[in-house]
Amino acid sequence: MSVPVPVSLLVNGERIDAFVLPRLNLADFLRENLKLTGTHVGCEHGVCGACTVRVDGEIVRSCLMLAVQAEGASVETVEGLSDSGEIADLQAAFRERNALQCGYCTPGMLMTAQDLLKHLPAPDRQAIREHLSGNYCRCTGYQAIVDAVEATARMRAERRA
Amino acid sequence: MTVTRAPAETLSVLDRPNSYIGKTVPRPNLDRLLQGRGQYVSDLELPRMAHVVFLRSPYAHARIVAIDADAARRMSGVIAVVTGRELEAVITPWVGVLSHLKGLKSAPQHAIAVDRACWQGEAVAAIVATSRAAAEDAMEHVVVDYEELAAVTDMRTALDPATPVIHASLGDNLAFERTLDAGDVDQALSDSEVVEAEFVFGRHTGVTLEPRAVVADWNAAEARLTIYQGTQAPHMVQNIAALHLRLKEAQVRVVCKDVGGSFGIKVHIYADEMATYALSKLLRRPIKFVADRVESFNTDIHARDHRCRGRIGVRSDGTITAFEIDDLTGIGPYSMYPRTSAIEANQVVNLVGGPYVTANYRARARVVFQNKNVMCQYRAVGHPIACSITEGLVDLAASKIGMDPVEIRRRNLISDDAYPCASPSGMKFEQLSHHASLAKLLQMMDYGALRAEQAALRTRNIHRGIGFASFIEVTNPSATFYGVGGAKISSQDGVAVRLDAQGSVICQTSITEQGQGSESLTAQIVGSVLGVSMERVRVILGDTDNTPYGGGTWASRGAGIGGEAALQAAKALRQNILDVAAAILQSRPAGLDIVNNRIVNADDGAPRIELNELARIVYFRPDTLPPGIQPELMATRHFVPRQYPFAFTNGVQASWLEVDTETGFVTLLKHWVVEDCGTIINPQLVDEQIRGGVVQGLGAALFEKCIYDERGQLTNANMADYLVPMSGEMPDIEIGHVVSPTQETELGAKGAGEAGTAGAAAAVANAVNDALRPFGATITEIPLTPQVILTALGRI
Repeated sequence: MSVPVPVSLLVNGERIDAFVLPRLNLADFLRENLKLTGTHVGCEHGVCGACTVRVDGEIVRSCLMLAVQAEGASVETVEGLSDSGEIADLQAAFRERNALQCGYCTPGMLMTAQDLLKHLPAPDRQAIREHLSGNYCRCTGYQAIVDAVEATARMRAERRA
Repeated sequence: MTVTRAPAETLSVLDRPNSYIGKTVPRPNLDRLLQGRGQYVSDLELPRMAHVVFLRSPYAHARIVAIDADAARRMSGVIAVVTGRELEAVITPWVGVLSHLKGLKSAPQHAIAVDRACWQGEAVAAIVATSRAAAEDAMEHVVVDYEELAAVTDMRTALDPATPVIHASLGDNLAFERTLDAGDVDQALSDSEVVEAEFVFGRHTGVTLEPRAVVADWNAAEARLTIYQGTQAPHMVQNIAALHLRLKEAQVRVVCKDVGGSFGIKVHIYADEMATYALSKLLRRPIKFVADRVESFNTDIHARDHRCRGRIGVRSDGTITAFEIDDLTGIGPYSMYPRTSAIEANQVVNLVGGPYVTANYRARARVVFQNKNVMCQYRAVGHPIACSITEGLVDLAASKIGMDPVEIRRRNLISDDAYPCASPSGMKFEQLSHHASLAKLLQMMDYGALRAEQAALRTRNIHRGIGFASFIEVTNPSATFYGVGGAKISSQDGVAVRLDAQGSVICQTSITEQGQGSESLTAQIVGSVLGVSMERVRVILGDTDNTPYGGGTWASRGAGIGGEAALQAAKALRQNILDVAAAILQSRPAGLDIVNNRIVNADDGAPRIELNELARIVYFRPDTLPPGIQPELMATRHFVPRQYPFAFTNGVQASWLEVDTETGFVTLLKHWVVEDCGTIINPQLVDEQIRGGVVQGLGAALFEKCIYDERGQLTNANMADYLVPMSGEMPDIEIGHVVSPTQETELGAKGAGEAGTAGAAAAVANAVNDALRPFGATITEIPLTPQVILTALGRI
C-alpha cells in the first residue's frame, strides 16, 4: 500500500513513466503529479462529473479510477482536447452562449458533451439533457449548456452535409 | 423589452455610438476556463507548502476531555498536530453580532474548538503534513476522548425551559428576535376571511462545485500574510484576518483568482479558514486547506431552515387586508462571522407582503441556537422564504374566495404609478413594475391556453398545475446593510482606469468575479464610455494589493455599484484624455470625442489622432507637449448608494408542471420569469444569472435538504444523497424584462443575481397545489419530495 509502483501511460499523447502509490486516483495523479489542473475534483466520489477524462476513448470519472489502472492506457484531458483542436467548435459555442459561469464543471462538461456528439451526432434537447445528467453545474441552470451542445451538433451536421 | 420610463432628454454616455451597453458580447477570457487553464485556489502550489486537514467532531455536542496526538506526530510527513488551545496563541476568537440587529447575541467562536465541540463537523484538531494524504493518514491516529453532551436539534423546542442551554453565558438559546406591527392587523382580520398555514422550509446548502479552498502564506521576513482564497469579498477577508491575527491590514494581502462557484457560500469567514491563516503564521510556511465534499456539507453554511406560521385576511372582492407571520429558524450553535446569522430572518420580516398594497402587517421572527452546522446568508437571503410565505398565502386566499390567482394579484399588487412608496416594514421602493411584469408574463406563457390545456388533461387524469410568484428583491445595498452595524464590510466600490502606452486600457475594480460576468460588465462599461473597443480593456480584480478598496460581489451589488464606479472612472479618464488631445491638436476638449480607439471631431466625426499615438506622445515624448500640461491618463472613482438603502427590483415567475399522483414525482415542464433590474448591461449575462438562480430555487423546491437525525447527525452529507438539480430534470426557462432604471446612478443598473432564486420555489409550490386542487390537498412544505406529496394525497 505504501510502496510506489511503476506506471506507464500516454497522457494527451505524451508518454508518461511514473512511480505512484497504488491508492492514488487518476484525478490526483493528473492534477498533482502532472500538473494538469484542468481536470477538476468536485466530490471525490463519482457523482459530480467535474473530473471526467477520456481513457482509451471512453469517458470515465478520474476520481473513481486508480492511476495504476491506467497502465498502458491513453488518457486525454481537457488540455489535450483543447490543444488538438478537437473541441474548438464546442468551446466556441460555449463561449458564445455563455454556457459556463464559474467554469469549474466546464472541462468535465465538455468531455461529456463531446462524448455524446461522437456517439449521437444529432441529439435532441432531451437526449442532451439526459446525457449531461451525470455532470453537475451549479451556476448555469443547464439551459445554456444544452443550447451550446445543440448548436455544435447542428454546425457539425452542416459541415458534414 | 418594456421600458417603463421615457429616456432622458439628452443622450447619456451609455448611448454613445458603438456602445456595448445593452448588447450581448461574450465574456472576456473565457478561453482560460474552457481549456482547463483557470487558476482556482485548489490548483495552487507554493514552495514549502504544507497541507492541513481537520479532525472534526463526530458528535453534535461534546466536551473534549483529552486529545492524544503523539502517535500522529511521529508519522512520516507530519509537520504538526495543533489543537484549539495551542492555536489560541496566534488567533483570537470572535463573536458574530452586528449592533443594528438589536439584541442579537452569540458566543465566542474559536478557529478550532476549545474544550467543547458544538456541532458535528466542528474542527477539534488540525493535522499539517507534507501532503494531504499524509495528513489524512495521521488524522486517523489522533485520539480524542469525548464526553457526549445533550444536543439541541429541534428548533421548535430550543426555547423550552426543559431544553439545555448551549451557551450558558447567554442565558438561553434565543439568538435574536424581531417583531413588527404595522397598521391594525386585528381589525383587518376581523373584517375578512382568514386563511392560515404553516410553511416549512428544508435546510439546504450551496454545494459550490469547487469546495472552499485557501492557501495562507505567512512570510516571516516580510511580516506579511498572503491569503489566496476563493472569496467574494477580499477586503473583508483582509480586515478579519488582520484583526484576529493581531496584524495591520497592510500586513495582509488577499488574492482571489478563479472561484469555482460561490452563491454566498464564499462570502463568510469560516473557522477552518481562520485556522489555516493562523497555522501559516504559527508554522511559518504556506498552508493549504481544501475542504473535501463531506466537510463541505458539514461546514459550508446552511440556509433556509425556517418554520413559519402565516395568516392572510381577504375580502370577497379579492382585497387582501392583512398579512401576519410568526417565523422560527434554527441557525446552529454560533451566529456566523462577520455577517451574522440573523440577516435571513430579518429579511423575512422585511419582505413578506412586499409586492402588495396591504398596509396591515404583523410579524415576529425568532432565531434560535442548535447543535447543527451554522446557517447564514446564501443566494437570495430570506427572499425565497418571504416569497413562498407571501405567495402561498395569496394563493390560499384566492382559493378561499374562488378567485383566479392572477386576478387576486392584479387587484393587490402595488400600482406601477404609485412610486416612490414604502412597505409596511419600511422598505423604500423607488420604481417597481409589478403590473407591467405580470402582464408581460401572461403574454409570454399564453395563460389562457395553458389553463385550457390543464382542464383538458384533467379529464384524462393528468394533473398539471400553474403557479405564480411575484417578488421583490434587495439589490445594491448601502451601508445600511452591514456598515451601520459595525462590520468592516464596505458598501462602496472603486474602479481605477488607465490608458497605457499602446492605447490599451487597464481597469482595476474592487468587485470580484465568480462567473457572474463582473469582468465583462466592467469592460463593457469602460469601453463604451471611453470609446475604446472591449478587446483593448483588461480588467484586474480580486487582489487587495492591486485594486481599489471595496465590497466585492454579493447581494446583487456588482453591476449596480461597481458598474457605476467604472462608469464614473471612465468618464473622468475620458475627460483627461480629451484635455491632452486638445493640447496636442490645438483644439478644445469639447470639440473632440473618442470613437473606435481614436480621437475624432465631435461635430463631423473626422479622425484626428489614434489613442495609441496620443499615449506614445504622453509617455515617451512629453517634451513635445505645450508647457503646463501634465497629462493624467489614469482616473479613479468610487461609488456608494446614499439615497435608497437598497435598490429594490421586482419580477414575477410562473411554473408549469405535472404531478404524478401515483408516484408523487413532479415533472417541471416550463418556467417563465419577467424581471426588472433596471438598465441591462449585457442581456445574455442577466438572463443566465436569472436562469442559474431559478435552478437553485428549483433545487430547493424539489430536492435539496440537509437531513439531520435527532442526535444532530447530518445523514446525507454527500452528493449522492443530497440531491441537486441535474440537467435532465430541469425545464427550459423563458425570460422577459421590464426596465425601470434607478435614478440614483447614471448607469441605472440594479442587481439581477438573486431574482431567480427568490421566486422559483414559491412558483413551483403554488403550481403543485394547483395540480392537486381536485384532491383537496394543500402542501406548504419544501422540498416537495414524492414522500411529501404522497403523504398529502393520503397515499402513504
